[in-house]
Amino acid sequence: MAKSLGDIVINIEKCKGCELCIAACPMETIALSPKINQKGYHYAIKVQDNCTGCLNCELVCPEAIITVYRKIVK
Amino acid sequence: MSNLVEVPVNPEVVQDQFVVYKKPKTLTDKPLHYCPGCAHGVVHKLLMEVVDEMDIQDKIIGVAPVGCSVFAYDYMNIDMQEAAHGRACAVGTAIKRMMPDKFVFTYQGDGDLAAIGIAETIHAANRGENMLVVFINNAVYGMTSGQMAPTTLPDMVTTTTPFGRDVKTMGYPLRMSELLAQLPATYYITRQSVHNAVSVRKAKKALRQALEYQKEGKGFCMVEFVGNCPSNWRMTPLESQKFVEEKMTQYYVVGDVKVPGGK
Ligand SMILES: Cc1ncc(C[n+]2csc(CCOP(=O)(O)OP(=O)(O)O)c2C)c(N)n1
Ligand code: SF4
Ligand code: SF4
Ligand code: SF4
Ligand SMILES: [Mg+2]
Repeated sequence: MAKSLGDIVINIEKCKGCELCIAACPMETIALSPKINQKGYHYAIKVQDNCTGCLNCELVCPEAIITVYRKIVK
Repeated sequence: MSNLVEVPVNPEVVQDQFVVYKKPKTLTDKPLHYCPGCAHGVVHKLLMEVVDEMDIQDKIIGVAPVGCSVFAYDYMNIDMQEAAHGRACAVGTAIKRMMPDKFVFTYQGDGDLAAIGIAETIHAANRGENMLVVFINNAVYGMTSGQMAPTTLPDMVTTTTPFGRDVKTMGYPLRMSELLAQLPATYYITRQSVHNAVSVRKAKKALRQALEYQKEGKGFCMVEFVGNCPSNWRMTPLESQKFVEEKMTQYYVVGDVKVPGGK
């Protein structure tokens, strides 16, 4: 069966730590970093390698800073 | 939180050929000045995605309002004009009449569109001006720190209604979409929200539909977004999404309000 491998890249310097992507992700792939960016926000990071590329996080992100990848493998 | 470790990207997947979403090119790189979790950012993004998909970057002119989105022209890499508070529909009317081949839209908050600018809004709709109104209804004057707007929900606490909006003395929240839908000259009026992934997908379709109607010169269209204002609602972004789901969309029911040939 074909399987979808996803991944995300977040532009962390523009992240405001709103957590909307975290709530929207069905896989619990994302969490807030204990570290902060230059603006002083805890930023979103990938904490599990289980992304499916479903796009939910990108849809709700107000900053449009999540790039989503999806590769279909047999 | 402290034991969370960032997982590195998978180089097998993170390749240009596998990109399924990236920021629309017509949204500039300038960091948005909006508060964390604010719906303005989501709507800016959707609008620019649709502009890119329709390839109309050089054919569309926007009118920015007074309100938190006063700097919308910094983020949308298209021709834009700033309007005085509430006058976006009047300015949009002029632009469209002077340049009928362009797509014209206004981008307005509820204080802008439904309070100080309600006359301009209603008359532009009543004349069936060929433009799109993008209306962000977050039930408060966001920019000026959260005063009551005509759209504030009954009993909602704001800085000017510390005991909640009393409809007996302050009137009822205006449902602008339903109001404008009654005018014979309006063409397509829809209310959307952007408080979760499913609603964002639907909202984008509505924006696309409205701009397709503009392409065909069909007339006055409005897409209302039930927005949020976490800062002035005194909520976290997630709490504000819940408030939209449980309270705002109860009063401001999401869906098409007026469709061509229909209701
Ligand atoms: C003529 C005039 N009157 C009043 C103001 C003050 N003012 C600035 S923004 C605003 C209301 C903005 O609220 P809204 O349109 O809902 O936008 P939001 O900030 O909530 O997105 C007001 C009353 C002004 N700038 N100009
Ligand atoms: S694309 Fe889907 S699965 Fe991947 S991080 Fe985003 S929400 Fe989670
Ligand atoms: S939704 Fe966007 S801004 Fe908010 S935490 Fe996630 S990546 Fe950061
Ligand atoms: S004050 Fe409210 S509407 Fe304005 S940017 Fe902040 S959250 Fe958004
Ligand atoms: Mg407002």
